[in-house]
Amino acid sequence: MKKYTYTESKDTRSGFGDAMTELGESHPNVVALCADLVGSLKIAPFIKNHPERFIQVGIAEANMMGIAAGLTIGGKIPFASTFANFGSGRVYDQIRQSIAYSDKNVKIAVSHAGLTLGEDGATHQILEDLAMMRSMPNMTVINPCDYNQTKAATKAVADYEGPVYLRFGRPVVPVFTDADQKFEIGKAWMVNEGKDVTIIATGHLVWEAIKAGEKLEAQGIDAEIINIHTIKPLDTAAILKSVKKTKCVVTCEEHQANGGLGDAVAQTLSQNFLAPQEYVAVNDSFGESGTPEQLMVKYGLTSDDIVAKVLKVIARK
Amino acid sequence: MQTQELQDIASQVRRDIVRMVHGCKSGHPGGSLGCTDIVVALYFQHMKTNNRKGKGGYISFKMDGTDEDLFFLSNGHISPLFYSVLARKGYFGVEELSTFRKLNSRLQGHPTTHEGLPGIRVASGSLGQGMSVAIGAAMAKKLNGDKQSVYVLMGDGEQQEGQVWEAAQFAPHHKVDNLIAIIDLNGQQIDGSTEEVMSNRDLKAKYKAFGWNVMEIKEGNNVEECVKGLRKAKRLSGKGQPIMILLHTDMGAGVDFMMGSHKWHGIAPNDEQLAAALAQLPSSLGDY
Repeated sequence: MKKYTYTESKDTRSGFGDAMTELGESHPNVVALCADLVGSLKIAPFIKNHPERFIQVGIAEANMMGIAAGLTIGGKIPFASTFANFGSGRVYDQIRQSIAYSDKNVKIAVSHAGLTLGEDGATHQILEDLAMMRSMPNMTVINPCDYNQTKAATKAVADYEGPVYLRFGRPVVPVFTDADQKFEIGKAWMVNEGKDVTIIATGHLVWEAIKAGEKLEAQGIDAEIINIHTIKPLDTAAILKSVKKTKCVVTCEEHQANGGLGDAVAQTLSQNFLAPQEYVAVNDSFGESGTPEQLMVKYGLTSDDIVAKVLKVIARK
Repeated sequence: MQTQELQDIASQVRRDIVRMVHGCKSGHPGGSLGCTDIVVALYFQHMKTNNRKGKGGYISFKMDGTDEDLFFLSNGHISPLFYSVLARKGYFGVEELSTFRKLNSRLQGHPTTHEGLPGIRVASGSLGQGMSVAIGAAMAKKLNGDKQSVYVLMGDGEQQEGQVWEAAQFAPHHKVDNLIAIIDLNGQQIDGSTEEVMSNRDLKAKYKAFGWNVMEIKEGNNVEECVKGLRKAKRLSGKGQPIMILLHTDMGAGVDFMMGSHKWHGIAPNDEQLAAALAQLPSSLGDY
């Protein structure tokens, strides 16, 4: 098992905010929009440096999506930012018509996705957004795993022409990827090569997958771990290559089992190469209030849960 | 352009509208006919647009619309009007109007950029979204130092959508004074009169309270009055407030039996009704 270490933990949304600060200097057409959540999205430095390129929309996300679409017509690269819940389900139709169907170069940048938003509870804990955004034609869906990858992804999508849904979390998680990494949209990252099982993870569950890999190694199981930061377009070649080798797969995501990364992988496998699959995901349930750590345990998203699913899927081979 | 010329264009556009919806046996003639005069006034008289001809002799359309006035149709169901005006203006060939709402057409039931039809800058049809998009385009113009204006047309039934009021609150707050919005006050929507279905009450007072500079065009089916009203709106713009034009129209204007009723909101005329409609609308530019 390749050794991954970290010296600090940071929230992924800070990776977004810091990338925006850099984009403010390097990309004069980048415009930031926010629906009354500037502090949460960490874009205060961008606003301080470029007040004319920041649009405070207030608590009106539908309007924000439309304004973002309109800005692209004048050549701007708008980053429309809010919580994931309010930047997906609440405004699905606005994204669908004014952005995706209209081929607009809008970046929907959303934080506080999933259960680990914590104490606010289920009203704010969107677990369906990847399914919604992945099913929308023309949409690119990205869910990076740590601060550095989020920063690299944010800069990469600024240079990509087309609508993007870019998803971050709220809590601090280990920073274990390279600060100077190259982010390729749609390209899986091989975290660890192995032969017994493929673990495919997205978001901060990549770190849980690494911890699981170490625990499995102690049991004599050699896990291949792949980070899928781009849910759509999915790197099907990387997935198939790995599963053809290991003959089984566990998918890990902070999202509903219905319609997320796991289903995207299952869709690929069912059409190309049949192999047993287990899901580490939320099973058709809303979340609830609690600390992020408590919720990860209660809803089965920890490294121990991954280990258990790996043992189960290997037994099914 | 002389008023008579604009009236001739409007008559031809109305012929196109009824022929298009008849041709595919679906579509929305009522609102299209009612808004014909204002959209003809915008495109053939009032707006500054890039009319440079390119490939095939058609206007070389540029999505970014730099240094052009921009028009957004929020109530996308009156697409027959939009398509006819764009074709008659020279964005694409008028013969293409016959493909409206048919398979493999660029003239979808509701307007879209997705099929690459020149002249269209955003999809619309799901109501309530156009003013937000127009605001974004207007703000981009300001950021770019582009002095031209942005126009958006909405329906009165559409005012029942919540997003409209998010946008209505935003535009004055951010002083989007290069935006001129127009509401087609025909008093009708699919299920009946707007008064019965969901009263808008006093839109003038509402928009004023939201911080808009509100004006009216009382004769929205008089093309000369439309031109005058648009000139006034342009004069009022650029002074720190967005402009709202309350445009009084008759749904179905120009075809007597389609007027004054919600029944022609979304149905097509049969052969006899088409003939009766065309008899009232002189062909000035030649049918497609």
